Formats: sequence, C-alpha cells, structure tokens
Amino acid sequence: MSSERTAAQRRALQQAQRAAGAAEELVTRATAPIRRRGFPYRAPTVPHGVTVPEEASGLGAHYDTAWARDPLPTVLRAAIVEGPIRLAARVLADPEIVGTDRLADLQRLDETPPVIFTPNHHSHLDTGLMIRSIPRQWRHKLVVAAAADYFFDARWKATLSALALNAVPIDRSSTGRRSADLTRELIDDGYSLVIYPEGGRSPDGWGQDWKGGAAYLSGRTGAPVVPVFIDGTGAIYGKGMKRPKRGRTQVVFGTPLTPAEGESTRRFGTRIHDAVATLGDEALTDYWTARQNAAAGDTPALSGPAYTGWRRDWAVADRRRRGRAGRRRVSGTRRWPDL
Amino acid sequence: MPRPGFVLDVDKSTPPTLFWHGEGYRLEKLPADRSRIVYAPEPHDAIDDIDGAIRHALLNPIDADPLPAQLFPGMKLTIAFDDVSLPLPKMRRPDLRQRIIEQVLTMAADAGVDDVELIAALALHRRMHDFELRHALGDRIYDAFEPRGLLTQHDAEDPDNLAFLGTTPEGEEIEINKRAAESDLLVYVNINLVAMDGGWKSTATGLASYRSLRHHHNPQTMEASHSFMDQHRSELHKSNWRMGKVMREHGPKIFQIETTLNTDTFPDPFEFLSKREWEWKAKDRGLFLASSKSLDRVPDRMARKILHGIEAPHQLTSIQAGEVEAVHKVTTENVYEQQLVEVQGQTDILTMGIPYICPYNVHSIMNPILVMCTGLGYFFNLYRGMPLVREGGVVIMTHPTPNQFHPVHHPSYIDFFEEVLADTTDPHEMSKKWERQYAEDDWYRHLYKTSYAYHGVHPFYMWYWGSHGMQHAGRVIIVGGDPTTVRKLGFVPASTLNDALEIASDTVGRHPTITHVKTPPLLIADVK
Repeated sequence: MSSERTAAQRRALQQAQRAAGAAEELVTRATAPIRRRGFPYRAPTVPHGVTVPEEASGLGAHYDTAWARDPLPTVLRAAIVEGPIRLAARVLADPEIVGTDRLADLQRLDETPPVIFTPNHHSHLDTGLMIRSIPRQWRHKLVVAAAADYFFDARWKATLSALALNAVPIDRSSTGRRSADLTRELIDDGYSLVIYPEGGRSPDGWGQDWKGGAAYLSGRTGAPVVPVFIDGTGAIYGKGMKRPKRGRTQVVFGTPLTPAEGESTRRFGTRIHDAVATLGDEALTDYWTARQNAAAGDTPALSGPAYTGWRRDWAVADRRRRGRAGRRRVSGTRRWPDL
Repeated sequence: MPRPGFVLDVDKSTPPTLFWHGEGYRLEKLPADRSRIVYAPEPHDAIDDIDGAIRHALLNPIDADPLPAQLFPGMKLTIAFDDVSLPLPKMRRPDLRQRIIEQVLTMAADAGVDDVELIAALALHRRMHDFELRHALGDRIYDAFEPRGLLTQHDAEDPDNLAFLGTTPEGEEIEINKRAAESDLLVYVNINLVAMDGGWKSTATGLASYRSLRHHHNPQTMEASHSFMDQHRSELHKSNWRMGKVMREHGPKIFQIETTLNTDTFPDPFEFLSKREWEWKAKDRGLFLASSKSLDRVPDRMARKILHGIEAPHQLTSIQAGEVEAVHKVTTENVYEQQLVEVQGQTDILTMGIPYICPYNVHSIMNPILVMCTGLGYFFNLYRGMPLVREGGVVIMTHPTPNQFHPVHHPSYIDFFEEVLADTTDPHEMSKKWERQYAEDDWYRHLYKTSYAYHGVHPFYMWYWGSHGMQHAGRVIIVGGDPTTVRKLGFVPASTLNDALEIASDTVGRHPTITHVKTPPLLIADVK
C-alpha cells in the first residue's frame, strides 16, 4: 500500500518537474530576442576587477512613503482605520480611554494644531490602540514613527505599514538626519505624530531608556507633546508572544507639554518621561495619589524595580494585576427611573 | 467683535419671534408698533489659555496671599464647589470646576497637604448623582476622592456635621458645614452665571443649614429684593453679606475662586436658538422646523432626554480669586459686562418663553412650581433699576405646565402642590401655616439625606422666589398651560398668545405696550 502511494507521489513529482521545465523553456524562448540584442536591452556585464557601488535598496529608512499620503491611499486608510483597526483594537484590547479632556483647549482652536503623541511601548497593538484612541481631530492626519529595520525591511511590509498606518521609517541604528527631517517636514505640513520614545517594544514588560526624538521635534517645530500611557497591551500581545490573547487596556492622555524658554532637549525629554511615568502611576492608583507621589518624587519608575532576575518578572505580574487588565469587571450601575 | 444686546421695536416687517414653550419652542408674532424685544448681547470672546488664566488667578489673588503660600503640610484643606444647578445648560467637559480643582490639588500636592476633602455645596438642593459629579469634577478627581470618602455632598440635616458660627446683629444664625468651618483653609470654586451667584452666598447659603437659610429664604426678604441681580437693592444679598461678616470673624479662612462665562448657550445643531430670527439662514430655518416638530411629536421623556443632553459651549471670560468681597466685586462687573442690556422705560405686558430647564430641574422635570419660579422668580428678576413691567401690569409666560413631578427629585413638591396650594397661594400665609411642617418632616428629611430629593422646604423657597413678581404683577397668564394646573397656581390659562393679550386687555387696556425678553441666552435688563 505504502509503495503504491510512493509511486503515485513520484509520478506527480515528475509531472510537476516536466511542467516547470516547459514553462522555463517557454520563458527562455520568449525572451530570446531580447537576450540576443544584448545591452542596453539587457543589464550590462561587469568588467573584471571593478566593484559596482551597492545601490540603495529603497527599503528601510530609505523607503519613500510620500505615496501613502496621496488622496486615494488616504481615503483607503481612513476606511482601514475606522473599520478593521478600530474593530481589532476593541475586540482584542477593550480600551478605556481617559484624559482626552486634557486636550480640550487644543481641540477648541479653529485650526487644531499638530501634536506629538509619546506613548510607552509594549506591543505591536499599541499603534492600533493609539489610532483608535486619538481624538478625531488628529486621527486622520496622523503619521506613526515605525522602526525602519522592522516595518520597512521588506517591500510588502513597508507598503502595508505605509498604507494602513501612515507609518514613516525611523532609523534606530544610526542617527541620520533623514528620519528627523522627514518627520519635521510632516509636522510642518500639519501631520501629527505618534512616536515611541523607547524606540521599540519592551522586552520584559518594563520601560526602556527614552530617546530624545520627540523633545527634539517639539523644540524644532513648536508642536506640543502629548504624553500618553498605555496600560495592558504587554499582556495581550507582548514581545515574544506568538499570538494575541484578549484582554483589557487603558490609554491615559496627559496634559500637552511644550518646551519652556531656554529648556534643553534633554531636560524637556526628561519632563516628557516624567509626565508619562505620572500617568502610569495615575493608571494604577488615582489622580490625587499620582499627584502626591509626583510632588514627593515618589512616582514609580517606568523602567521598573532596580533588581533583576525572577523578582523583576514577578513585579511585572503584580503591576499587571493592579492595572485595568487585572481589575474585576463591574456590572452596570444602578439606574434611577427615567422620567 | 461680539455685538451688544439691544431692544428691537417690532414693526410689520419683523419676523415672528421664538418663544420657548417647555420642551419645545414656537414662533409668535407680536403686535407691531407697540411691542419690543430685548435681545441678549452676543457671547464675549472666551479666554484662550484657560489653564494659564486659572494659574494666574491662583498665584495673583485679589487682597489675599497666593494660594501656594497658604498651603502647608499638616493643614486641613477643604474644597467646596457649586452643585449641579450651575451652569445651565451643563457645560461641555472639561467642566471649569474640574480644571480649577485640578490646579488647586496640584498646588496642594506640591505643598505636601495630605488632608484634603471636597464638598458639593448643595444647601437644600438634591444630592448630585454620580454621573453629575463625574461631569463636574472629571473622572480623575472623582476616582481619586469618592472611593475614599473624601468627596462628600453637604448635608444640611446632619447635626453632627454642622457648626454654629454665631449670629448677626439682626439675629440671623449662621450654621455651616462642620468640615468647612474647621478647615485651615476653605477654597470655594464658583461658577457665576447670573449676578446674584457667588460672594458670601457661596458659603453662607451653599454650605448652610435650614436654621441659617430660613433667615433670608422667606417672603419678606424676597419681596424686598429689587432685584436679586442688583446687589445694592437686594435684601437677599444684604443678608448673605451680614452673615459673611460673622463668618469672616468666626469662620474658616476662605479663598474664593469665581468665574464668569460667556453666553454661548446652545451648540450645533441648536445654535439657531441663540440667533436673532431675521439672521436665520436656510439651515437654521430647517433645523427649527425639524427640531420643533420632532420635539412636539416625541414623548415628553424623550424630549427631556434630548434637551437635557445639551452641553453648552459656554466658556470662561474671567476668573478671579482671593478675598470674597473683593473677588465678587470684579465678578459682578464681568457678569454685567456680558449680560446688561439698556432698556428705556417699563411696559404694560411682559412676555417670556419658559424653557425646559431651570436651576432645580437639571436631568429632571420642570414641574408647575418651577415654572412659576422660573418665570416670576428668575426671568422677572432679570433687571436692574426697575422691573421691565410696570406695577399692576401683566406677565405672560408660555409653557405647557403639565401636572408632572419627578417623584425622586421633587417628592415634597407633589404634596406642596396638592396640599399647600389648595389652601393658599399667598407666600406669607403659607410660610406661617405650612413651612415648618414641611421643613421638619422626617420622611422628606430622610429622602434629602439618603436619596436624591430636594429638601422638604424647597418648594416653599421656590414659591417665595416669585413673591416679588407676584406682588408686582397685576395678572399672570400662562399660554398653552394645562388649565387646571395653571388655575391651581393662581394664574390664568390661555390657549394662544392672542387670547392672552385679549385677557390682559381687562387689566392694561386695549393698546398696551408689550416687551418680550428673549432669554436664554441670559441677559439683565438695565431699565432706565
């Protein structure tokens, strides 16, 4: 029985090989006239001893995303954002969005100014969640700073990221001006920016060192920085997880910040970091406790406890329990007669 | 540049005027050549940097030290704030109270103040629902203070939590919230919608007990206030100020924060309600037709839900903080600046459309007592100098005035309507005969303390509120009102405005002058 099956498989394989050979022959015949004509109809041959300089790949930080901001992709993106992205964020992460009232003054202006959102970063879900949570005034003119080496390393990923998220590549490995210039120009054109100052997802559930890109861009463009704390996405689809696990999240928006007169980028960056840390404290405790902790310099660090090893992982679990994901669901509140 | 208010003399080319009619509105044609309409000034420009203005006011108070200098570790800090009766309609989030209290709390945290409590200054109003507290204070403050029991609502019937501060030379007793009285600093956060709000009234009324309030919430005081909006001629104001003097000597140190709003009252798609009729565009006319016809056809509860869902876009025009009287002086000037409209002379007939809302029926029903209070207590008193209508003239209101009451919010109103008004409509008589019985009723007291009911004595206060208007007007007519209910109030029902004018002719003759106050938006007629 098994030998019969092996013979059948062998026959199928032979047929496939024959078909592939026929196809190759067909292509060879069809292109023969061009090959016969040679250069310039064909690629030039390289002389011996000559090294051809490597051509820019057009991927990574060099990927040009301008097409994604043309009218048609913009309309398509609006449909993607309002449809699948919002739905996925809701189904997977059930976000509770708080603190948008802190943006009321900016929303009230005749022309809503572009802003820079600076959330902490624990998961790929963060971007979808941010797009879902950002108020309407900014949502449809938003670009997302995405790692060039991760989201733009292959053509299909780059196209998808640019189309669905309006992502722009940020080079994490070097400090080239290209990424900074591009984002600055976009902000000047009225686009708001989501940028993760940590540069990448948290490997262990705690925050990483903050980079100064957001503070620098704010200083250069005058766009206010809106600190944002996202709680709970690490448990849903954190780094290293193979598939997402449904859960509950909270997105806390903070008061917009602008660099003070004479404030250096480094100091402003620290202020943004501290604001996000205070929002993180607010998400776990309450507004008043967070304010008191901030005033006393006791705000828990985003980077977690100083110790290492299993105790650090243990502390992550404890922190998640105290966040929205760990809170008990409360049934509907008592209602009075509706008269 | 916002246009000031003005008085329009009605002629044949004047389009019909919008009259509020409870949970609806209609257009009425006023007789040409003898009618005039008082229009409110357009909303003044709001302050752009609201947080900056709040901070500036707290750091640069009037006749007081900056707030941070008054805060120290170990102190007892109480923050009291105006309740759901202000502003009207409720303002869009974030509410000003939230914005101000967040900054006060930030300064308190920076100063290391741990003992902080927040109190809703209800006086004898109903307690605020959780969603109303959340709206006024924001989720952050609510979630931080309410679960710990640090966000409370003033209870004027809890003897253990009241403190007696003293008596004025006129014998007025002052008893206020104990926590507020025993604080090292009482910060009061006020929203000033009309000129009578704020000042000592915030604390001497908002945090007081019945024992204290009865000294100025009575027919004598109300009848002697000409009007509530004119401090110099308001007995209510004077009484509160006398109490304030005692509080200054024997009460807590007070840091008063007062704010004024512009009159940007209705958001899209109800913006046409604030516009002058001849400036209505096709869109406004379409919206008027669609909304008025829909509101007429939907059930009352749905109409209420729609209208009480309106969140006004009004915004901050000024904020001042510091010593109570000095602050209130500036506040009053700012209110006048926004709301005053100069009007020449009085009129024979004053007309007014009574809207769906007044300070005492937020998220509730405008019952017949409140219709009377809104018309004769509030709108009639929107004057400075002298009343818009001459003594013995006629007041015509438009409102359906159904015999409907909210059983949770206004339980004592129901009995007041059935029992007290069946006996008398005279404020003095009911004050002597019935007030104490209602004020000291254990069931009303229980509902006030534990449910969401106005105090048992509250319907009396509403009736007294209109006593100056009742005393002044020769006749009061309600157009479109339920005849039985209107008659029980002691007024005359009429089916249409023309019928009402016909009925009024018995009192003011065949060719009376008519003045219509088009409010909301709020205005104060400065009658010369």
